[in-house]
Formats: sequence, structure tokens, C-alpha cells
Amino acid sequence: MTDTITLFADARLVDPATDRDGCATVAVQHGRIIEVAFESGFTTDLGTDFEIIDCDGLCLAPGLIDIRVKTGEPGFEPKETLKSASLSAAAGGVTTIVIQPDTDPAVDDPAMVDFIQRRGAALNLVNVFAAGAATRNRDGQRMAEIGLMHEAGALYFTDGDRVIANSRTLQRVMSYAAAFNALIACRPSDPWLSDGGVATSGELATRLGLSGVPAIAERIQLDRDLALVEQTGARFLIDQISTADALDSLARARSKGLEVAASVSINHLCFNEIDIGDYRTFYRLDPPLRPESDRQALIEAVRDGLIDIITSAHAPLPAEDKRRPFAEAAPGAIGLETLLAATLTLHHEDGLPLLDVLRPLTQGPAALLGLDSGVLEPGAPADLVLFDPDAPVVIDAATLKSKSKNSPFDGRRLQGKVIGTWVGGRKVF
Amino acid sequence: MTQIAAVTDQITERLIPFPAPHFLSAGDLTPPAAQALLDVADIFVDLNRLAASQGGKTLDLLAGRTVVNIFFENSTRTSSSFEIAAKRLGADVVTMPVQASSVAKGETLIDTAVTLNAMKPDILVIRHGASGAAALLSQKVGCAVVNAGDGRHEHPTQALLDLLSLRRAFGDVGGLTVAICGDIAHSRVARSNVALLSMMGARVRLIGPPTLVPGDADRWGCEVFHDMREGLQGCDVVMMLRLQLERMEGALVPSTREYFRFWGLDREKLAWARPGAKVMHPGPMNRGVEIDSDVADDLSVSLIQDQVEMGVAARMAVLASLWARGGSVH
Repeated sequence: MTDTITLFADARLVDPATDRDGCATVAVQHGRIIEVAFESGFTTDLGTDFEIIDCDGLCLAPGLIDIRVKTGEPGFEPKETLKSASLSAAAGGVTTIVIQPDTDPAVDDPAMVDFIQRRGAALNLVNVFAAGAATRNRDGQRMAEIGLMHEAGALYFTDGDRVIANSRTLQRVMSYAAAFNALIACRPSDPWLSDGGVATSGELATRLGLSGVPAIAERIQLDRDLALVEQTGARFLIDQISTADALDSLARARSKGLEVAASVSINHLCFNEIDIGDYRTFYRLDPPLRPESDRQALIEAVRDGLIDIITSAHAPLPAEDKRRPFAEAAPGAIGLETLLAATLTLHHEDGLPLLDVLRPLTQGPAALLGLDSGVLEPGAPADLVLFDPDAPVVIDAATLKSKSKNSPFDGRRLQGKVIGTWVGGRKVF
Repeated sequence: MTQIAAVTDQITERLIPFPAPHFLSAGDLTPPAAQALLDVADIFVDLNRLAASQGGKTLDLLAGRTVVNIFFENSTRTSSSFEIAAKRLGADVVTMPVQASSVAKGETLIDTAVTLNAMKPDILVIRHGASGAAALLSQKVGCAVVNAGDGRHEHPTQALLDLLSLRRAFGDVGGLTVAICGDIAHSRVARSNVALLSMMGARVRLIGPPTLVPGDADRWGCEVFHDMREGLQGCDVVMMLRLQLERMEGALVPSTREYFRFWGLDREKLAWARPGAKVMHPGPMNRGVEIDSDVADDLSVSLIQDQVEMGVAARMAVLASLWARGGSVH
């Protein structure tokens, strides 16, 4: 590596971790930030070997961290590979992705964790980490090798979209994981109440003739999970909270002093159930889209910090899985490349300060997963995104880098354009 | 005087009546009674080492008495250890393995007890898969009952033989720090050892994955650790427990290789204990699961062979002492 110093000059630095939003210069050397200077306080001796990137007053923020990314590698490569996912991430200003374990074979042993992380690193694009399965082959019955996967670098443990229905299994998984201080993530969704449902139960689902999932399916399962957290002392992440009811449960748990984190998918912040009105299968999601009142509650929860993390819930699906009648289409949406612009709608339309909008994409996940990125400070890795927060864009799914094009944002007008992405000081987009 | 006669004299001099009518749990002992039993057991150890040419090993302390071993669970070492102990004391021994008994034909434990009682044994030794089985039996029979392991409750003679091995290795057990490692939750050996070692003044630590250490184990007066490095720090003794392989299926432990990585005793982990620390295991061992052969077979650190030898002597002391309480020693 050369000793070249890279200066990001005249940037509007937006760093939730240090709560700073202002004009600054950032100096980077050997892949790490060496100085962040506001106004005229720059002190680094540049010598002769340096380059200047003129940020032109645009926003410079820590690269985004997306903790819920599905790919199809190994097993379903036509959907998405680690490479296409990494390219999408880079184009979206996402510098760290955590791959879900629902591959074939599942990521349920240390060799698979190692495989994902090595393959990801070899691409030399973004930081690729793996989440390990909590149970073997995600069967919800037998515990996976949580300790060995933790040692191999798995950042957290989850059965992904599958719920560990057996409370005793989950209790043991949580209690075992506590020995390693390992993080467990669970989707709150009662498997029986949600069985067969494709939309949130209610007037709209009835009118559309779609099988409903009652909203309480989320709260019921979440309350069970939280009770087990309380008993076992596990570190816990609520994966994709989506209803106001469940947010109440989360708030109660927090007020009791339970340390639980919660994530929300960008889709549930941007869309509501009305979007499924013309049976567009790109809005067929799991959990299903919710009434507007839930969406508003989720935005409020991001605003006041109840929700720690926003994810893209990136779920690539090929056309053959989506070009079907609504109820038969596979659930899920891609979102890596649109994550930043979509999240900025909370700033432009819902009036959240830019810092609060970026926090659950940077500092929130970094703190939960113990990453040293997600902050702009000397010593931190130079994982950066430069973006124009106001530039209008029209999303065209066909031009997205993901191998699958199932973007619910297709045709939407958003504001926010990624100008450049750097990982460890290296420009990847 | 022959050596046998000399030994018999020493024993009658030191033998105390057992402090309870039955030996069901480590709590039936008191510190002085335990010490006295160990003193006698020490003599039995010497006796057991005598060669046939020196006069044989068999005494007549229990001559004409009947000891019945009834084992509802498979056991090789405990049942043979009890059988040899009783025979060395001169008793008539009947060992009933479960397969051959009428239990297989649907007889209840109480029926079996009543039937056995009618045959007037002098001491009953029982192993059963249900916690409390030995206590139940003791209420229904007219002789002394020795618990040779009941479910996940207690295995008091194992604790006594472990204590004997430790006293011989260290001189005194008081002040020692003993780490019991592994599947504490399902272990009767752990429960008896916690009780007896604590009673004798040792500090006991429990180490294992949270799924195998009961959540309230710290209230047993032990320190609980889930990390071997932390837990073994400063320990004089590392007592490993057997991991039943069916624990893998119940989501208690993910795999034997992961278990070995984090809780299996090998040289590296043993080095975290105090220099000169001794290793114990009640057997049978799962080599490569809870213990590395390299450690288990190293006689400079392992007391595992000793434990088996001490088993016979400790059980002789228990049987003799129970009989001394009930009947009279010649």
C-alpha cells in the first residue's frame, strides 16, 4: 500500500456517531481515516504524496452497513452472487454487508462462514460478513455450531425468515449463545397465525381476496422472544419489526432494562398496504406491508431511537418467482442499491434530521455488531459514501446491478444520489 | 498374627457406625464420619494391594451376610466395584442386572423392593434411572440401602471415592479449589461431589455451557463459569464429567467437536489451572469429547486410574460401616 494521503475536501460531513454535521476535510491514509478537521483546523503534514477529492459541499458519511442481505451463493446463483450483491452494495453507498445464512447449503458451520467471508474478501469490493444459522440447516430443532462460527467471524446468528417455533430450542440457543456473548436475531412472526397469509389481515386484504396474516402474529411471537431474552440474558436483535403493536412490546422491554436491538426494513418505512392494491408482486413482502398507521409508528420509532437499525432486507428473486399471481409469488424485494435514496425519504418527506436518518444505517449496526466502521474518526476504516442528498433520481430496476430486478422502487422518484463509495480508502464506486 | 488378622484388628478399632441408616446422599455424612470412612478405606487400599502369597485379600467382616446389587441401569464399573467390595468383606453377593430381572416384565420398583425384602438381604445397593428411587426403596425395605446412582440426583459413593483419591493425592482436601466441568445439569456425580467437597472445606467451581449448568447453581455455594480459561484459573483439581451423546439432539450442545473446542480438557486448557493440578473423571470417558487422551492417560496428572482403585476401598468402608451400625462386627 502506498503512503499517499487522500483528502476529501470541502465536504458536508454527516457523522451520526459523533453527532457532527458540518463542513469538513477528511484525510485518509493506509485505508484509515487519519484526520477529520472542521473549519481551518487541519494539521496533517501532507508532504508531497497526496491527492485531493473535491466534495463540492456534498455529503460525506460513513459507508452504510446493511445487516440483512440475501444472496444466492452458494446454491441459487442465478438470483444473486456475492459479486453482484457487492457491486449493488457499492453502487448504493453500502460498504459492509452481512449475508444471511439461508443459502444451500445453509451457513451453519464454521467452514461455510469462512467460505462466505473469503469469497467476499476476494472480490475486493465491500466488506462481506456472514450471519450464521442458529439451528442446523435452519431446522429449528438442533443447535448449530454457534461457538465455532462465532470464532470464525460470524457476526450474529439467525434462522433468517424461519421462526424457531420450539420455545425450548430457542431458550437453549439463547442461553448457549450467551456464553460467547453472541447475538441472536429472530423474526417475530407466529408461524401458525401467519401460515398461508400474504397480506396484513384487514379490510384491504379481504377486499382483494388475499389470505391475511393478523398483525398480532408479530406481537405474540415477539412477546415470547422477549420473555426468553429476559430469562436467558441473551443479546438479541428483533429482525424486521413492522407493527405498532410490536413497537409497544419493544418499548416495554426497553423500559424494563432489557438490552434488545430492533431493525426495520426500508420497505416498511416507505410503503404501506395500499401499495399491494394492484397486486404488484414486487410489494409481496414478508412481513407483509402494513397499514399507514403502522408505517407512521415505525418512522416515529426511528426518529426517537426505538429502532436501532434500518436494513434493505435485500432478497433477490428471479422473474419466474415474481411473475405469478400475488399469493403465489415469492415474498421479498431487492434494496441494496436504493437503500440510501429510499431512506432519505424520511428526511425529505417526514422531516427527520439527516443525522437521525443515517444513524440506523451506520452507527446503529456498527455498535450492535462491534464493528470499528460506521464512524468518521481518526483510526476508523475509511469506509465512506459521498452523496448528493437532494439530487432527484428515477429508479429503473433494469439498470440496477443486482442479478434480480424485483425492486418495489421501480419507477419511483426519489431524492439522493450516490456520487462515490470508498471501502478502506479504495474507491469501489 | 497373619496380615489379614492384623488388618481386621485395625479396622475394628477404627470402624465407626455409619451416621445414617442408609447411604442415599452425600448429605448423610458428616465431616468426622467422612474422615473416619476414609481412614478405614485407606487400610482397605493396602489390603487390596496384598498379593495372594501374602494371605489374600478377603476378610470376614460381612461373612454370612447377603448384599444384593440391583442395577436398573447399565453399569460395568460401579456394579463390579460394589460386587468386589462386598466379596472382599466376605459377604454373599447377588448382582441383578435389569435385563434379567422381572422389572422387564412390568414389575414396579415397589414390587421389586417388597420381593427383595422378603429374601432378607442385609444391604441393598441400587442404581436406578429415576431421581429419588433409592430413597423410595429405602422406605420399603428392612435393610440398609446404598444409592449407587439415582437419576440425576446423587451418586454418593462416587463422591466418597473421589474424596479418597484427592486426600491421598493432596493430603488434605480443605482449601483445595476443585473445578467440576461439563454436563453439571444432568450429573449425579456433580451433585454428590458439590455437597461432599464443600462439606470437607474445598472450594468448588462449576464450568460448562449455560445449557448444561443449572441457572441456579450459584446458590449451591459454587462459583459458576462458562469459560474454561476463567474457570480453571488457580484450580488444584479439574474434574471432568461425561457428556452423554444424546445431548446433541436436544439442542443443548451443537456438536462434539464444538464441545471439545470450548469445554474439552486438553493440555492447553489444563495449563490454565494451577501448576501440578490433577485431573479426574468418573468414567466412562468419551475420549476426544470431554477429555483428550493425552491428558487422561498421563499418570503424572491423571487420577482416573486411582479413582477406579479407590472405588473398591471406599465402597468396602461404606458397606462395613453400614453393617457396623445395623449388626455387629465380629
